[in-house]
Amino acid sequence: MPESQPPRFTLEQDGQLLKLSGDWTIEQDCPTFSALREQLSQVQPAAIACDTAALGEWDSALPAFLLQCHNYCSDSGIDFDTSALPEGASSLLKLATAVKPHKPPEEKPLSLAEMLDFRHRLEDAWEVVRDHLEFIGDATIALGKLLAGRANTRREDFLTFIHQSGPDAFGIVTLTAFLVGMILAYLGAAQLAQFGAQIYVADLVTIGMLREMGALMVAVVMAGRTGAAYAAQLGTMQTREEIDAIVTLGISPMEFLVLPRMVALVLIMPLLVLYANVVGIFGGAIVAAGLDVTLTQFSQQMTKVISFAHLGTGLLKSVFFGLLIAIAGCRAGIQCGRSSAAVGEAATKAVVTSIVYLIVADAAFNILFQELGI
Amino acid sequence: MNEKQVHIHIDHLTMAYGSNLIQKDLDFDIYRGDVFVIMGGSGCGKSTLLKHMIGLYPPSTGEILYEGESFNQANEQRQFEMRRGWGITYQTGGLFSAMTLAQNTALPLQQYTELSAAEIDDIVAYKLALVGLGGYQDYYPSEISGGMQKRAGLARAIALDPEILFFDEPSAGLDPISSQLLDELILEMQESLGATVIIVTHELASIFAIASNSVFLDAETKTMIDYGDPKVLRQQSEHEKVRKFLARGSTPSGDPA
Ligand SMILES: Nc1ncnc2c1ncn2[C@@H]1O[C@H](COP(=O)(O)OP(=O)(O)OP(=O)(O)O)[C@@H](O)[C@H]1O
Ligand SMILES: [Mg+2]
Repeated sequence: MPESQPPRFTLEQDGQLLKLSGDWTIEQDCPTFSALREQLSQVQPAAIACDTAALGEWDSALPAFLLQCHNYCSDSGIDFDTSALPEGASSLLKLATAVKPHKPPEEKPLSLAEMLDFRHRLEDAWEVVRDHLEFIGDATIALGKLLAGRANTRREDFLTFIHQSGPDAFGIVTLTAFLVGMILAYLGAAQLAQFGAQIYVADLVTIGMLREMGALMVAVVMAGRTGAAYAAQLGTMQTREEIDAIVTLGISPMEFLVLPRMVALVLIMPLLVLYANVVGIFGGAIVAAGLDVTLTQFSQQMTKVISFAHLGTGLLKSVFFGLLIAIAGCRAGIQCGRSSAAVGEAATKAVVTSIVYLIVADAAFNILFQELGI
Repeated sequence: MNEKQVHIHIDHLTMAYGSNLIQKDLDFDIYRGDVFVIMGGSGCGKSTLLKHMIGLYPPSTGEILYEGESFNQANEQRQFEMRRGWGITYQTGGLFSAMTLAQNTALPLQQYTELSAAEIDDIVAYKLALVGLGGYQDYYPSEISGGMQKRAGLARAIALDPEILFFDEPSAGLDPISSQLLDELILEMQESLGATVIIVTHELASIFAIASNSVFLDAETKTMIDYGDPKVLRQQSEHEKVRKFLARGSTPSGDPA
């Protein structure tokens, strides 16, 4: 067997003749087209012919190179003569060029002036906000219909989603709430011990869980769990044309798909938060016990500070958080593109949007409660 | 035979996704009782045209008129009524994966009629039996084969004895026998219901077996390049592309199978 020759090309006769030599196989280090392109752009011939007298073995590496060459030539009006190619190579090339390459519609890059155009940016941002508001508005109308008993919603769906977002989430809510309670206790204990006021750890944990951390932690868990699941479910339905089928049956996807998910989450969130509060305070009590605050002391102190206002603020937040997570998740799913990659993006978007919503809403609630003195 | 009645008129329709033009200046009629085929290469916009016809996307310009009435201009109540008369199957299935075949087929009946649950059960059993899926009521779409899913989609589409049937590639991915059975079923439906049938398909055998009229969409010029009975177009189309398509790439002079 002859030694394999390195693959080469040379451009001769003012660029009119492309000489190919050596073994053009993928094991070899074949020249790339960019080298030829540079040479061609310098000489700019009107036509190119091929010379393959010295060509040895070849596989896909050769047609791949020639296809680039062909596309370049047809783009710049050069006549590319392939008659001298080995028969197999020219027919493969013919096959590869039978359908013209797809040219995506040109998107004009934004000019600097446009990019700096503040009004333009503002309009874009407003567009997004308006879109969200529209979705929320539609959801509210659907909710109104549901309350009036006229919505097109299946009871089984409610039950499924309640099950998915409630009992199925128990484990992870238990874990996170317990740990957050412990963290609060440690955080407080270190500071309060300096004043010999360890007993106030109970206040910190109780109020912290009830007012803030219970609702927020459950919401974050549910955003990652249920919000993303909603987006993925609806996104998959979008790719499989199920949502098209629903629309053409004259059914509103808002009532049929979004509503049961939303209502399930809104009903389940306060319950989960109540449970998380209990678990979190228990976690705090255990840490406190290690810091010389007995369980009895802890619970006495806890009953002193516990109040309906603390509990109520947390539960009120949780209802809103549930609503926001469901809206973010369902909106991402409904607006999902039609590929499997788009489903992944929708799930990511659902989580990111929910968390932004949650933090903004939480801040707003805290300001409101502060102003109202609750 | 009496004069053919225009059922659907496509009036200078242009379709685009955002700035991406798909097809422009489509202008043709679909007659009542026709089995009308939308043909064209992959990606030329056949499914897009179908989705415009069933009102999922609004036209960029132009109109689609059902007996002279525009779906897009109609009010919600009227759209609901118009949709009642349509049966649709989708290229990627469109069956509700969270529902059994019986629930899938029953949905249009629950949506549009006041039938009792027992009556619905009977109709569902009958429709599933029609497509050869008798006894599969309690299966979920993920538990049956791709070909069976196509047929289940058909059962849902014919649940309400529609006046117009839209099929997006009903026989793609089926073996030749099943695909022939499906063709027969479609013809049977068309005859017994007197329906107008609009099909997107690539299957030449199917096209020649059932089509009475057709339109050919071209991806390159982004418009329709031919219109007429495919059996006639195969021999007489002015466009080599159409003749080639219908003779599956062999020379048009050759005797097509
Ligand atoms: N939802 C969408 N958004 C943007 N572009 C789309 C969308 N759906 C389809 N397209 C584009 O529109 C063109 C036509 O698509 P369409 O699905 O109508 O083709 P088709 O003729 O049905 O092809 P096939 O025979 O392969 O099913 C394609 O180029 C596709 O990329
Ligand atoms: Mg298609």
